[in-house]
Amino acid sequence: MDLQTIWFILIAVLFIGYFFLEGFDFGVGILMPFVSRDEVDRRVTLNTIGPFWDANEVWLITAGGAMFAAFPHWYATMFSGFYLPLFLILLALIVRAVGFEFRSKLKERWWRVTADQFVFWGSAVPAFLWGVALTNIVMGLPIGDDMNFTGTLAALLNPYALLGGLVSLIMFTLHGALFLSLRTTGEMKERVEKVARAMWAPAGLVLLLFAALGYRHTVLFEELGLIPGTLPMITIVAFIAAFVFMQIYRFGWAFAATGATIVFGTIVAFQGLYPVVMPSSLSEDFHLTVYNASSSDLTLTIMSFVALIFVPIILAYQGWSYWVFRQRVTRDAIPRD
Amino acid sequence: MEALELARWQFGITTVYHFIFVPLTLGLSVLVAILQSFYYRTGDIHYKRLTKYFGKLFVIIFTLGIVTGIVQEFQFGMNWSEYSRFVGDIFGIPLAIEALMAFFIESTFLGLWIFGWNRLPKAVHLACIWLVAIASNLSAVWILMANSWMQVPVGYEIVGGRAELADFVAILLNERLLVQMPHTILAGFITGGLFVLGMSAWMMIRKQQTEIFLKSAKIALVFTAVASILTATTGHDQAQDTVQTQPMKMAAMEGLWDTEEPASFSLFALIDQEERTSMREVRLPYMLSVLAHNNLTSEVRGMNELQAEMEEKHGPGDYIPPVAIVYWSFRIMVGLGFLFIIISIRGLWLWWRGTLEQHTRFQKATIIMMFLAFVANTAGWIVAEMGRQPWVVYELLLTADGVSPSVFESSIWITMIGFTIVYGILAVAAFYLVYYYGKQGAPEEQEGVETNLHTY
Ligand code: HDD
Ligand code: HEM
Ligand code: HEM
Repeated sequence: MDLQTIWFILIAVLFIGYFFLEGFDFGVGILMPFVSRDEVDRRVTLNTIGPFWDANEVWLITAGGAMFAAFPHWYATMFSGFYLPLFLILLALIVRAVGFEFRSKLKERWWRVTADQFVFWGSAVPAFLWGVALTNIVMGLPIGDDMNFTGTLAALLNPYALLGGLVSLIMFTLHGALFLSLRTTGEMKERVEKVARAMWAPAGLVLLLFAALGYRHTVLFEELGLIPGTLPMITIVAFIAAFVFMQIYRFGWAFAATGATIVFGTIVAFQGLYPVVMPSSLSEDFHLTVYNASSSDLTLTIMSFVALIFVPIILAYQGWSYWVFRQRVTRDAIPRD
Repeated sequence: MEALELARWQFGITTVYHFIFVPLTLGLSVLVAILQSFYYRTGDIHYKRLTKYFGKLFVIIFTLGIVTGIVQEFQFGMNWSEYSRFVGDIFGIPLAIEALMAFFIESTFLGLWIFGWNRLPKAVHLACIWLVAIASNLSAVWILMANSWMQVPVGYEIVGGRAELADFVAILLNERLLVQMPHTILAGFITGGLFVLGMSAWMMIRKQQTEIFLKSAKIALVFTAVASILTATTGHDQAQDTVQTQPMKMAAMEGLWDTEEPASFSLFALIDQEERTSMREVRLPYMLSVLAHNNLTSEVRGMNELQAEMEEKHGPGDYIPPVAIVYWSFRIMVGLGFLFIIISIRGLWLWWRGTLEQHTRFQKATIIMMFLAFVANTAGWIVAEMGRQPWVVYELLLTADGVSPSVFESSIWITMIGFTIVYGILAVAAFYLVYYYGKQGAPEEQEGVETNLHTY
């Protein structure tokens, strides 16, 4: 395997890690207003992700940095092309973090209500827009011969991409509901379990529609043929498994299953792209590929050593932090004010 | 305004804003770790209360550092796509390493520190805050490696119109980095030190928990005194490096139009960029030669000569940066640098005399200093970044050639207004929270009972 391919895989891994981890914090943020009966419940939901959300977000920062280092043209074309959607994502991530951190700092009602809005919109908007962005990439964008995006915002907001946004929004929400079921107790736990079970069917419908229309809108499925390959099959099986596990009240397994759906779904997208990273809808000659978008071999080699050393260490201490905070968050743990 | 100017304004606004919180993080994280270490060693509950007090303020500030940092990470691609293509091979490496090596540690261990008071053994918990402090300062090292390469490009080769990596070690050991990194980190330590000093002084003025805050004031005084002296000496090193590597910037910092030998240091000048002259100058003879080369007589080259040289090398164009801004920013930074040294030595003297807790005038002065640290930091960056103009990568890429060609002016207006409004609101909220929690004083703590720093 050449270095370019290894780095393509590594960047895919970073995005997968990001969608898996931040996926459930987005879900928790989206569900917070709906599954909470009172102030204490709202604080319980936020505390389920309290020690984790920031480290989860660093997966995105790392993905950005790694794209910059390994595929500067990909970084430059994608981020300047998705200018306004990215701006919205950034604003959302800003207000969301501030919502988490500042919410319980003051007691005034207006302050907390505002923070709740920040948490909700700050989670829902990126959960939706990441799906839009990824779908657009898979569909191909008007990229010219100088590697720059030549379209407008309207081109990015086409119906199929919006459907892609809905897919990520609903999948992350379901994933978040299952995460909450693992981190809460009592009535709250029962409520989120109900929500998760009720969400499965609508999520399945959206997913099905997205896959079916995919045959018309993307090159991805042309390549795959009518009978999808192993990876799409795993995605589908994982999604169905989530349903089965919820029926038999195995919510931990169901969480693993929605996680697997997100992971394998993202793999399908990346695998379908390879070796292209940003297909141009104008001409095949203008595609950005892992070869024409990449850094020099020297840079990639150095970065490979860096990743080889640090990624396992990161996984170890992030895993440890989940272990330290493995206890469920109870209502009693929330100070009364 | 056209897209280029808008993109520059946007970059300036967002980066300067990020760098309000960053230096505070660099210094304050270390001070909180020191306070907790004192608690760990002595078991004195006052230090635990101080750790909690400054820890709370630290987390508020850190949050803003995080949210504004994410914008930084993406905006190179958004507004400066041609720049990113040109430098990515080199510039991306430190950025990616920074995330892998520093941001993951910071974010994970800060979570463990905040929520782990009652879960982790004391020594492990203390190690968490030290890891946060070390990682914060490591992140500065990597980002400064990226920046110092823009100031003094080394270890590269131009291949196919972009800079490719030729020698990684050269970039790691860039002489620019070796002067810029200590200076910036130490400036961050001043900022954190003056913050702790100023907040402690505020409490003492209010006669609130004087006994407790005298302890933090003393630690902060030592810290600030050492940092401010070292900042001045490393700044001097940096200036000497600038003379060699970016003579045009140095000439602009001094408003020096014509080459002088020996060169005098300018104290005051009205600069006329159009006419290329300075008026009403007050100059200290020989001093610039000393600053630049550590001797009394050597030559320092002026902008007119350097402009001619640049034109010869790079073709016609205006290679002189905005002189007045660079000139005055430099004076503000250096002036404040000396002021910080004087203030911290005065504080040590008062401590020696045993009147630190009563001297209201000194205490009020430190509160003002706390704010001036930010002015000094911003001024320093304006010298560094504006003094480099019109280049974005010195002598390799013009700022004008780095901007994204595909982004509309209207889009930049939207993002600039959006960021400015949101940042403005955040600044008010953060300032208010620091004031609110600052005023409450150090929280009550009991021996042997551990509660988390906060609950969401
Ligand atoms: C509290 C902040 C602070 C203080 C008191 C000082 N500095 Fe500074 N200075 C910075 C904060 C700073 C900075 C923000 O950290 C900069 C911006 C870029 C950099 O590398 O560090 C900087 C840059 C900077 C540069 C580099 C400009 C360039 O060539 O790019 C020079 C020559 C100096 N400083 C010199 C000094 C001297 C002689 C000081 C004497 C007391 C001094 N600084 C105090
Ligand atoms: C954090 C402290 C920093 C501050 C306050 C700062 C400030 C500024 C300012 C004010 C400009 C605008 C100059 C002008 O347009 O005339 C600028 C330009 C620029 N700086 Fe920095 N900078 C900082 C650090 C960095 C670092 C660490 C990097 C690189 C990693 C960087 C990259 C750039 C780039 C790419 C530009 C080009 C845009 C332009 O010239 O307007 N800056 N910076
Ligand atoms: C000298 C200039 C800079 C220094 C010393 C610096 C340092 C830091 C530090 C210490 C943090 C930790 C969080 C906090 O401060 O509160 C941080 C946050 C961040 N900075 Fe900067 N930074 C600089 C400029 C930049 C620039 C130009 C970028 C863009 C590439 C950047 C990217 C980030 C990111 C992505 C974060 C968020 C990380 C997190 O989630 O913890 N920084 N920076």
